[in-house]
Amino acid sequence: MAIFSVYVVNKAGGLIYQYDNYVPRTEVEKTFSFPLDLVLKIHDEKVIVSFGQRDGIRVGHALLSINGVDVSGKYTAEGKEIQEYLKDPANYPVSIKFGRQKLSSNEKLMLASMFHSLFAIGSQLSPEVGSSGIEMLETDMFKLHCFQTLTGIKFIVLADPRQSGIDALLRKIYEIYSDFALKNPFYSLEMPIRCELFDQNLKMALEIAEKAGTFGPGS
Amino acid sequence: MTVHNFYIFDRNGSCLHYSEWNRKKQAGISKEEEFKLMYGMLFSIRSFISKMSPLDMKDGFLAFQTSRYKLHYYETPTGIKLVMNTDLGVPNCRDTLQQIYSTLYVEYIVKNPLCVLGESLQSDLFNTKLDSFIRALPFFSIRAA
Repeated sequence: MAIFSVYVVNKAGGLIYQYDNYVPRTEVEKTFSFPLDLVLKIHDEKVIVSFGQRDGIRVGHALLSINGVDVSGKYTAEGKEIQEYLKDPANYPVSIKFGRQKLSSNEKLMLASMFHSLFAIGSQLSPEVGSSGIEMLETDMFKLHCFQTLTGIKFIVLADPRQSGIDALLRKIYEIYSDFALKNPFYSLEMPIRCELFDQNLKMALEIAEKAGTFGPGS
Repeated sequence: MTVHNFYIFDRNGSCLHYSEWNRKKQAGISKEEEFKLMYGMLFSIRSFISKMSPLDMKDGFLAFQTSRYKLHYYETPTGIKLVMNTDLGVPNCRDTLQQIYSTLYVEYIVKNPLCVLGESLQSDLFNTKLDSFIRALPFFSIRAA
């Protein structure tokens, strides 16, 4: 069981805090000989597997490194185009690492504001009166829990589907936010949270939640 | 526990079927607009989740819940999307939705030569079968409230 990450979204839909607590390893490194038996394509300035799923390399995985050297976008570390590099038989055998692409901070910002709108649509499409927005979103691999405060700040936690005590954790994070971000005289409202004490306490709360799932009486 | 409403969308986003049972609130927009909004939301949730997921997913999006209702989602490999809104007490409905697809949609729509695939479902037989299927569900009950 694990808590994957925490997002804090302000009332305008801007991401003001993000923390990755646990990133599962999904990387596969394999040595290939010429010709490469995977079909690659360029999507969003990255090289993505589009056909030839095998040995844990899945369609949609990005090419992360060649011969142990990380690539940058669609170029190798030396600045050559990856697809050209892999067409040259002289470069083989080659060891390539594939895996799920890590989210860039831009993508995280985009996803946070996307959730902000989904939250609002979820409440508009409600068949019952007085519904809130999305509070829990369930997939087979993770659950997304969201807690919106009265002032419109959203705390979002991504966790394993079996992880318990997330509701208590969300309220604890709100408490930590009130204590260490709001009460910090150098923190300006609605702006990204850069407070050391907030970071420390959040990490502690996540640790406790992962182990026990409760925060004891009075919290 | 109760079932509020039920949507079937095809792969292109048009609503093939809609029925409702205990719906207290309308979205305040026309039905066409509502179907578009619902499909748009599901489409965005799917792309949101595939980016957000820390691991590779098999089934993907299953359900979401708000403070008042729960939306259950099932998608077939052909892209038919079945969506059912229930109240919060209802457990995972994936099997129910799959059953609706395999015993009702496939039997009465796919195997019916008069039903053109991709057009809104006009079959009365399907409508009555679906209605009685939903009404027979263990968690379907018209609440007093």
